[in-house]
Amino acid sequence: MAKYLLIESRDPFEVNDVRYYYDLAAALAKEGDVTLFLVQNGVLPARRCEPSRHLTVLAAAGVRVLADEFSLRERGIAAGRLAEGVAAAGLDVVIDQLAEGRKALWH
Amino acid sequence: MAEKKTLTFALMDAPYENARTTTALRLIDAALRRGFNVNVFAYEGAIGIPSAKQAPHPNAVHGRDVIQEDHPNPKEWVAALIKEAEKLGGKLDWVQCGLCVDERGIGEWITGPRRGSPADFVKFIEDSDNTLVIPTK
Amino acid sequence: MAKKILSIIESAYRATLEEQDDTVIWLMHAMRGAGADLTVVLRGNAVNYVTRGQDASGLAFGGRRQTNPPRIDDDVAKLAVKGVDVFVVEDDLAERGIEPSDVIEGVKLLPRSGIAQLFGSSDQVFHW
Repeated sequence: MAKYLLIESRDPFEVNDVRYYYDLAAALAKEGDVTLFLVQNGVLPARRCEPSRHLTVLAAAGVRVLADEFSLRERGIAAGRLAEGVAAAGLDVVIDQLAEGRKALWH
Repeated sequence: MAEKKTLTFALMDAPYENARTTTALRLIDAALRRGFNVNVFAYEGAIGIPSAKQAPHPNAVHGRDVIQEDHPNPKEWVAALIKEAEKLGGKLDWVQCGLCVDERGIGEWITGPRRGSPADFVKFIEDSDNTLVIPTK
Repeated sequence: MAKKILSIIESAYRATLEEQDDTVIWLMHAMRGAGADLTVVLRGNAVNYVTRGQDASGLAFGGRRQTNPPRIDDDVAKLAVKGVDVFVVEDDLAERGIEPSDVIEGVKLLPRSGIAQLFGSSDQVFHW
């Protein structure tokens, strides 16, 4: 099964185009193993709010949705406030998945 | 012993303009701590990251002098990563895109990075286990 | 055999006047020249790069005039001539009111849903 790592550094509050990236993750997940790794302002929708539902839907569709622990802490987003389907993770996950050979891209 | 992995990162952003520079350095650090070799192709503004002429400054807003502010410039972080790589038995090969260096007039950088071209980036891609492009916006 | 690289380009008109090029399209040319096996997808605002009639000429500050303005549509067309498959996302063209007759020769239309399908045949996927 093809494996992908999609890193999202931007947030849907400021950038409409983030929806394209979430949709790409969903499309790739139909046939592949996809991790969506949120970093920088990309973690902002990880705090339960209206746009978080897109992340919850992605997780339900089989995308592993992770949010960079440092970016979360930097923005005061506590673990208990994360949207359903989103888990905090260290940046080492990106390195491990790159080393694993996943096709990796950054948005 | 398993063969050492090599990862390549292409960077485009000048320091101090957005969060991508710091995240890139965090990724390079994480890869080096895993014992990997790391290649960096610094394109466009990213050639400013190891610039030798960066200097710290005081912070009057916070009432701190230069010593108190203790503000590491990105070049110090790059130097520290190069040293870390050596300590961990790996290599950080940092290539500065030559034309980008020329047009920005930022031709002096710390010891370690070297001048190169897109041909180096293509070689890095071919020789690495994986490549991540961190684009600018 | 060279790795197959899929480059998805969305950033557009970023410092193109200062650089006299789009630096990512330029990089694609340089990489092709160095032997890279490339496929390019233009999406988002970058789809505007394939429209006819772009004219960035005439920039001048005082007596210093720009004599080589960027000609990005030409540069995209030349990538195709060099054997690079250049796709442009047709949904993004339509959203921007770009008609098929506005589009230069040599590029292939791709539905937005087709981007994911290109991943399978690529060894590396870069987003620009």
